[in-house]
Amino acid sequence: MACRLGTIAGKELPEAMAGVTSFPTTARVERPVRATAESPVIRAVLISVVFVFFTLFLLLPLFVVFKEAFSQGVAAFLAVFRDDATASAVRLTLLTAVIAVPLNTIFGIAAAWNLTRFHFPGRSFLITLIDLPLWVSPVIGGLIYVLVFGANGWFGAWFIDHDLPIIFNTPAIVLVTMFVTFPFVARGLIPLMQAQGTKEEEAALSLGANGWQIFWRVTLPKIKWGLIYGVILCNARAMGEFGAVSVVSGHIRGKTNTMPLHIEVLYNDYQYSAAFAVASVLCILALLTLIIKTYAEWRAEQQLAEAARHTDLSHKP
Amino acid sequence: MKHRFTLPGFGLTLGYTLVYLALVVLVPLSALILKTESGGWAHFWQTVSSPRVLASYRVSFGISLIAALVNGGFGLIAAWVLVRYRFPGRRILDAIVDLPFALPTAVAGIALTTLYSPNEWIGRLLAYDQPLGMWLSPHSPIGAWLATQHWAKEYLGPMGLRIDFTQLGVLIALTFIGFPFVVRTIQPVIQDLALDVEEAAACLGATRFQTFRRVILPGLLPAIFTGVTLAYGRAVAEYGSIVFISGNLPFKTEITPLLIISKLENYDYTGAAALGFIMLLASFVILLVSNGLQAWDNRRKGVA
Repeated sequence: MACRLGTIAGKELPEAMAGVTSFPTTARVERPVRATAESPVIRAVLISVVFVFFTLFLLLPLFVVFKEAFSQGVAAFLAVFRDDATASAVRLTLLTAVIAVPLNTIFGIAAAWNLTRFHFPGRSFLITLIDLPLWVSPVIGGLIYVLVFGANGWFGAWFIDHDLPIIFNTPAIVLVTMFVTFPFVARGLIPLMQAQGTKEEEAALSLGANGWQIFWRVTLPKIKWGLIYGVILCNARAMGEFGAVSVVSGHIRGKTNTMPLHIEVLYNDYQYSAAFAVASVLCILALLTLIIKTYAEWRAEQQLAEAARHTDLSHKP
Repeated sequence: MKHRFTLPGFGLTLGYTLVYLALVVLVPLSALILKTESGGWAHFWQTVSSPRVLASYRVSFGISLIAALVNGGFGLIAAWVLVRYRFPGRRILDAIVDLPFALPTAVAGIALTTLYSPNEWIGRLLAYDQPLGMWLSPHSPIGAWLATQHWAKEYLGPMGLRIDFTQLGVLIALTFIGFPFVVRTIQPVIQDLALDVEEAAACLGATRFQTFRRVILPGLLPAIFTGVTLAYGRAVAEYGSIVFISGNLPFKTEITPLLIISKLENYDYTGAAALGFIMLLASFVILLVSNGLQAWDNRRKGVA
């Protein structure tokens, strides 16, 4: 401990320590470098490396999107969104998110409740399965729905006969988006609920609350920020999904193009500033997601620390 | 089963979880496996081992590996700097680590392509008449040597170093995609490192580098491996951010997911399913490895 308190570095230390039982914390040594820190030069180099890497890979791409979006002026930027194809892409993207995100949220809460409140055989395998869509290529996400609902697929012919084609139509876009964003809410909640434990829920149960009361009154307030983060990330991915949607959409302009697909169309048409204008909206969404994530994480940590303090107090002998 | 759980809702939540999982994930995935099987073994093997497909594996699996290793290095440095150092802008950098995770891949794709095209932003700096690119110009020693190398030919354009439409572009897109996974896996472990072992090492006369190599690094290794595996898994599966910058040149920058799409466009469903099956298998193996690494890490922590 003495090393941390006294600002001492270098090799004199073992000799200095020899025969000394208690080390005065007021000791001053010439070099004010802590024994557990790097030299200022290494520090400066590492920080510079990080700044360069972040600039090249993260900050510049972000900057480019906004710079290119407004390269033709604000009027041109706004005109992009008055275009019918763009407006229809925005509408389809919103519709997709409005259906897919709530469904995955309900699933995420149910799965997290199940996997953190109960221990049963096959539990960790179930967690792996829930994670699967995150690691499967989005193109495969699209492919499997083509195999199920395509004209030659399992149920495709039936739906086409009943005038409700799934593939190259809105339902397929919603379905693949559900597949791709499937794990996000559950993944956000499981570690949080695991860490929080079940003491408060058990207390509520012993006081006579039923399952729904426990969930609404005890659990939901506890997991609020973790849930908000999961939902917002799920939403960002739902609105931004490209690969999977690209496979099933058929790219019918003004009908089955979502915003990311519309960006591709504009970009391949050499309408760069229009493409970046649409991209900048999704970019703002991503930035908003990051801000809420940072805030939610901070709040979740606070809630966790608070819970830990309460249990500490109540369980001290 | 004779489990007695204290809290209610086991049956309801398990039932809902399983039904929804089956409908959204398992049934469609089983369609992929059954479709692959219906094509027969000979057709499967012919599809997954054709020269163009093999070349796409080299891009998808090979460049992803390089990108994951690059991320391993930079991710470790970034995680260390963000946890241990205090400097202006740290919180912003920390928040923006997750950008590749939140930014739609198509947006990332067109932004990176614009950034690294010749005549644009970074691409312009790599022209032979620019301070950065002149090191690679045919008149410089390095450029002259590179010009004699067979492998370097595709990167040396007439005006400067080419990143877009080459494997370098794929590498950059995949590095971008995988970065948050490495940082976010290593960061909490650095946060939880016990300072007293570093103090003990310093007290015993170890230099800072020795302390890092012998004391700190062994504790971080499981997290580094896990992070690199996750970044690799993400890179192998990636599609949107690559297709813009890579130019999709067959045998050079064409990735396997793109071949799946072109097979679908030609109504070759069994072929697409066969390639999808290979990719699915690869993703599953990577996921199992990363879970195994995490279990290994937990066991080590349990012992410590």
